[in-house]
Amino acid sequence: MSSVSAWFNGLWTDITLWFDDFSDDFYTVFIKKDRYEQMLTGLENTLIITLGALLIGVVIGIVVAAIRSSYDKNKESLKLHGGIGSFILSFLNFICKIYLTVIRGTPVVVQLMIAYFLIFVSVKDGVPVGIFAFGINSGAYVAEIFRGGIMSVDNGQFEAGRSLGFNYVQTMWYIVIPQTFKAVLPTLCNEFIALLKETSVAGYVGVMELTKAGNSIAGVTYNYFLPLLTVAAVYLVIVMILSWLVSRLERRLRVSER
Amino acid sequence: MNGKDNILIEVNGLCKYYNGDKIKALDGVDIDIRSGEVVVIIGPSGSGKSTFLRSLNLLELPTHGHIIFDGVDICDKKVNINLHRQKMGMVFQHFNLFPHKTVLDNMTIAPIKLMKIPKDKAQTYAMELLERVGLADRAANYPSQLSGGQKQRVAIVRALCMKPEVMLFDEPTSALDPEMVGEVLDVMKNLASEGMTMVVVTHEMGFAREVGSRVVFMDGGKIVEQGTPSDIFENPQSPRLKEFLSKVL
Ligand SMILES: Nc1ncnc2c1ncn2[C@@H]1O[C@H](COP(=O)(O)OP(=O)(O)OP(=O)(O)O)[C@@H](O)[C@H]1O
Ligand SMILES: [Mg+2]
Repeated sequence: MSSVSAWFNGLWTDITLWFDDFSDDFYTVFIKKDRYEQMLTGLENTLIITLGALLIGVVIGIVVAAIRSSYDKNKESLKLHGGIGSFILSFLNFICKIYLTVIRGTPVVVQLMIAYFLIFVSVKDGVPVGIFAFGINSGAYVAEIFRGGIMSVDNGQFEAGRSLGFNYVQTMWYIVIPQTFKAVLPTLCNEFIALLKETSVAGYVGVMELTKAGNSIAGVTYNYFLPLLTVAAVYLVIVMILSWLVSRLERRLRVSER
Repeated sequence: MNGKDNILIEVNGLCKYYNGDKIKALDGVDIDIRSGEVVVIIGPSGSGKSTFLRSLNLLELPTHGHIIFDGVDICDKKVNINLHRQKMGMVFQHFNLFPHKTVLDNMTIAPIKLMKIPKDKAQTYAMELLERVGLADRAANYPSQLSGGQKQRVAIVRALCMKPEVMLFDEPTSALDPEMVGEVLDVMKNLASEGMTMVVVTHEMGFAREVGSRVVFMDGGKIVEQGTPSDIFENPQSPRLKEFLSKVL
C-alpha cells in the first residue's frame, strides 16, 4: 500500500520537475531577452522571401513559358517562312533553354550564394538578394508548370481557335490558357509550398529567416530541443494550411468541370 | 456548269512535303471549287485528304503551290490569313468544342471578339442556328453534357456563326456512334441545299453520292479521278479507284 503511494509521489515529483525544467527552458529560449522576437522576425523574413520570390517566379514563368510554347507551336511555320521574327523567337527560345538547364541543374543554395557573394557584392541585406535568387530559381520551375499546362491542352483546341480566325495570341488567351488553370493552379500552389521550405537555406547568406532564428537561439541557449521543434512546427502549420487551401481549390475546380 | 467567275477557291500545284521531301502528303494538287458546290473527297487512308483540306485554310502550310481564295493568294506571306479564315468554317472529326464554354458561348465568342458583333445580336443569331439543328434547349449546356452527334451539330453551327463562304469538313462523322451519323449528315444535307459551298472529306459513300455535286478521288497525294457522283460510282475509270470502290462499297 505504502509502496504504491511512494511510487505516485515519485511520479508527481518527476512531473513537477519536468514542468519546472520546461518552463525554465521555455523562459530562456523564448522570453529572456525577448528572443521570441527573433523567431517572429525569422518567420516574417521567410514569408517575405517566399512571397516575393513567387511573384518574380510567376512573372518569369509566364514570359519563359510564352516564348517556349510559341516556339514549339510555330516551329514549322518558322522553318518555312523564316524572317527576322523567327530568328528572334529562335534566339529567345535558346536563351530560355539555357536558363532552364542551368537553374534546374544546380542547387538553389549555390545559386543563392553566387547571387550574394558574386553578383550583389555591395548589397549587405540578404533579404532582397534572397528574393531575387529564389525568384530566379522558382521562375524555372513555374515556367515548366505553365508550359506543361499549355501542352496538356489538346492541339485540336488550338486548331479550332485558329480556324475561326483567332490569331495566335487570341487563341492562347481566349481558348488555351483558360483550360490550363485546372491543371496549373494546384501545381503552382505546391511549388509555393516547396519554395517556402527551400527558403530555409537563406541563412547561408546571413538572412535571419525562420530556420536561422531557431538555430541561433539554440546556439546561445545550448538548448536545441525547443527552438528546432518550434521551427519545424511553424513550417508544418503553414504548409498544412496551404495544403488545405490547395485541396479546397482542387475540389472547387472539379465542381466547375461539371 | 458555272462560269470561271464563280470560282471561290482555286488551287494550283499544291504540294506538302514532310521530312525534307521524303514524304509527299500532297504531290501537286490542282482543283477549282465553285460557289455552291459540294465537293466530296474520298480516298484510302494516308492519301492526303486531310492534308489537302487543312491546307485550304492553312492549318497545314503548303510546301509549294497557290491557293487563291476570293481572288487573293492566301499562300502569300503578306496576306493576313486570320481574316480569310473567318470566311472559311471548319468542322473537325473530334468536334473540338471549347470545354470551358457553354454551347452558346462556343458559338458567340468568335463573332463577338473578331467581328465585334454586339453580344445580344450574336446570341440571337446563334439561337436561330441552334433552333435549326434542334439544339436550342442545349444552349446553356457544356460540351461534356452533349452526345457526340449533338457536339458535332454544335461544331457545325459554331462555324456557321461566322457566316463563312465555304465550309470544310474533315471526316465529320467518323468519331460518331453509328446511330448518330444520320443526324449530322442531315444537317450537312440541309446546308448543301441552302447553297453553302462545302468541301467534305468523308467515308460516307451514301452522302457523297446523294449530296456531292462533285466527287474527288485522291491517292498518293494526287487527285486521281474526279467527276459527278454517277461518273465516279457507276463508271470509274482508273484501276485504283475501282479497287478502292470495291473495298468500300
Ligand atoms: N506531321 C506529319 N509528319 C509526317 N508525315 C505526315 C504528317 N502528317 C501527315 N503525314 C503523312 O502524310 C500522308 C497524308 O496524310 P493525311 O492525314 O492527309 O491522310 P488522309 O487521307 O487524311 O488519311 P485518313 O483517311 O487516314 O485520315 C500520310 O502518309 C501521313 O503519314
Ligand atoms: Mg484524314
